[in-house]
Amino acid sequence: MSDYILEVKGLKKYFKTPRGRLHAVDDVSFSIERGKTLGIVGESGCGKSTTGRTILRLTEPTAGEILFEGRDITKLSKGEMRRLRKDMQIIFQDPFSSLDPRKTISQIISEPIEIHHLYSDQKQTLARVSELMEVVGLSRRLINTYPHELDGGRRQRVGIARALALNPKFIVCDEPVSALDVSIQAQILNLLKTLQNELGLTYIFITHDLSVVHHFSDDIAVMYLGRLVEKAPAEQLFRNPVHPYTRALLSAIPVADLKHKPERIILKGEITSPINLPDECRFSARCNEVQEACRTKDPPLIEVEPQHFVACCRACEFCRQD
Amino acid sequence: MEQKEEYILNVENLVVDYVTNDGVVHAVSGVDIRLKPQKTLGLVGETGAGKTTTARAILDLVPDPPGVIQQGKIVLDGKRILEVKTEEVTQGSQKKMVKKRESLSSKEMQEIRGNLVSMIFQDPMTSLNPVLTVGEQIAEVIAVHHQGMKKKEAFQRAQEMLELVGIPGERAGEYPHQFSGGMKQRVVIAIALACSPKLLIADEPTTALDVTIQAQVLDIMKSLQKQYNMAMLMITHDLGIVAEVCDEVSVMYAGSIVEHGTLEDVFERTMHPYTEGLFNSLPNIHDRKAMLKPIPGLMPNPTDLPPGCAFAPRCSYACERCRTEKPQPRWVSDTHLIACSAYDDPGFALKGRDER
Repeated sequence: MSDYILEVKGLKKYFKTPRGRLHAVDDVSFSIERGKTLGIVGESGCGKSTTGRTILRLTEPTAGEILFEGRDITKLSKGEMRRLRKDMQIIFQDPFSSLDPRKTISQIISEPIEIHHLYSDQKQTLARVSELMEVVGLSRRLINTYPHELDGGRRQRVGIARALALNPKFIVCDEPVSALDVSIQAQILNLLKTLQNELGLTYIFITHDLSVVHHFSDDIAVMYLGRLVEKAPAEQLFRNPVHPYTRALLSAIPVADLKHKPERIILKGEITSPINLPDECRFSARCNEVQEACRTKDPPLIEVEPQHFVACCRACEFCRQD
Repeated sequence: MEQKEEYILNVENLVVDYVTNDGVVHAVSGVDIRLKPQKTLGLVGETGAGKTTTARAILDLVPDPPGVIQQGKIVLDGKRILEVKTEEVTQGSQKKMVKKRESLSSKEMQEIRGNLVSMIFQDPMTSLNPVLTVGEQIAEVIAVHHQGMKKKEAFQRAQEMLELVGIPGERAGEYPHQFSGGMKQRVVIAIALACSPKLLIADEPTTALDVTIQAQVLDIMKSLQKQYNMAMLMITHDLGIVAEVCDEVSVMYAGSIVEHGTLEDVFERTMHPYTEGLFNSLPNIHDRKAMLKPIPGLMPNPTDLPPGCAFAPRCSYACERCRTEKPQPRWVSDTHLIACSAYDDPGFALKGRDER
C-alpha cells in the first residue's frame, strides 16, 4: 500500500469576473506519497499557483476533496484548519514581498511559533529561531537585521526557515527559486533537497522551469488552462512525453549544451483566456496536432502506461511503446 | 588602425561608476567588446554583473547622475561616439591628471539611436507607452528618423513592421494593454527594427516571458536578424539562450569580462572557474539524481570589491596571488580570452564540469 500524505480529488476553483467565470483550476486530481515531491509545471495563468494555495485553503475551493493524511480538510472549521497549518506550510515565490519589511528576521521566523504557542518562554523561542537559522544556512549575526538588508537568496532562506518553524510534514513551494540567479538558485535547491532528506518532508514544487522540476521532483504534473494534461514519474515524462503541449514545452527549454539540441516545436499563439471556456480540448487552439475530434470534447486523463496519465484525444497515437 | 573598421561595435576599456551617498559602485571596470557585423555576441552574467550598464553606456543612456563614465572608448560602425581618457597635464611645475571627455552631441546621438543601433529592454510591460496605440509608437520612431515623411505613410510602415513580427496589421490601432506579454515584446522588437539598425542590443528580451512564448520570440529575432543583416548584442543570464542564438559569448562577473570566446570555446573548453561554476549550478538534464554544485557565497559588494580577483572569495581554485593581484586578461587561443591568474601555473586545469 502506498502511503499518501495528500490526495486531491476533483479540485475546482472558479473565480467570478465581470466577463464570466474564470476556470483557474478545473477538476484536478492527484496524490502524493509521503516524503516525495510532486512538481507542478505550466505557464503563467495555467492555475498552478492557485492549485497550491487552494490545497492549503488559502483560497477556498469551489468543489472537490482535499485529503490530508486521510482527513478531508475542506470540511474543517477555521480553528481546526489553523491547528492543521502546523503540518502544512508554504514558501512563496517572491522573497521581496513575502517578508514583512518592518519585522526583523528573528520576528519573522518566530511569528508562527508564537501564533501556535509552541513554547512558553521567550528563551526557547529564540533558541529555536537560532536553530532554524543554522539549518537554512543563515549566519547568527543576521538575527536582528531587516529583510531589505538581505539579498534575494538570503531572504528566501528566511522564508524557508519560517516555513520550517512548526516542523511541518508538507510544504508547498511556489516558485521558490524563480527570482534568484542560477548560482544562488542551486544553493537553495540543494538546501530544500537536504531538508527533505533530513526531515522527511513532502513537497509540492510549483515552477515554470522544466529543468528545475526535472531535477527536483519524483512525479511531474503538467497543467494547461486549469487542467492537468499529463502526469508521470519525472524520468518517464522526460523520456516519453505524450501530450503535444508537454512535448512543445520540453522542446522549448533552452539547453546550455551545444551537442544535445532538441528539435524545437514552436507553438502558435498564446495561452487562451480561461474565461467561459468552450467544451473542447483546451489546448486545441494552439495544438500542432489538432484534429476534428479535439474540438468536440474535452478529453479526460487516461493511463497510457503504468503511472503515466495523459489528457489528449490522440494520446495512444503519441505514446511511444518501448 | 584599419582593423577597427571590421567591427560594428568596438568598446575599449569601459569603466562606469555610480557615485552614491553610500560609496562608489564600480558597475563596469574595464570592459572590452568587439562585435563583427551580422554576428551575435552574448553577454552573460548574474544580477549586478554590469551587463545592462555596459549596454546603456553604448547608447549613452547611463543615468547621470549618479552614473559616471570614468574611462573608455566606444566606436560604433567606425564612428567614435565616446572617448574618456585621463591625461597628464603640466601646470607650471605641477603635474596633474585631468579627465578628458569627447563625445557626440545629444542631437548626433539621437540620430544614432534607433537608426544605427536599437535596444530592446527586458520588461515589455513598461517599455511601451500605455496611452498611445502600438501603431503610433512604431510610426513615431519612423517619423523621427525620416524627416518629411507623411504621418499616414509612417503609420502604414508601422503596420508592415507589425506584420513582420507576426501581429496582424489591423491591430496597429490597439493599445499595449490589449496585447499579451509575448505580443508586447514583439511590438517592442518592431519599434527597435523600424529603422533597420545595424546593431540590436537586446537586454534580457525574453526573461519576462513563458518558455513557449520565449521560443517564439527568439525564433522571430533570429529570422529578422538574418533578414536585416543585423549584429546583435544579447544580454542574458540564461546560458541556454546563449547556446541558442549566439556566435560568441562574454561572461561577466562583478563588472569585468572573465571569459570570452566562441560558443565552443566557452561551452566545451571552459577555462574560467566562474564559468565552470555557472555550468555546474544548472540542473543536469541527463542525470536527475546528481546534486547541484552551486558556487558558494555571494557576489561581492560593488562598492567594496576585493583587491585581487573579484571572484577569488568564492573560487575554490583561488591562490594567494588571486587575492592580491587583479588578473590580467590573456588570450589562450586566437578566439579565447580569460582573466584568471591561476593559469600563471602552466600545469593548472579546472577539475572539469559534470558530464552532461
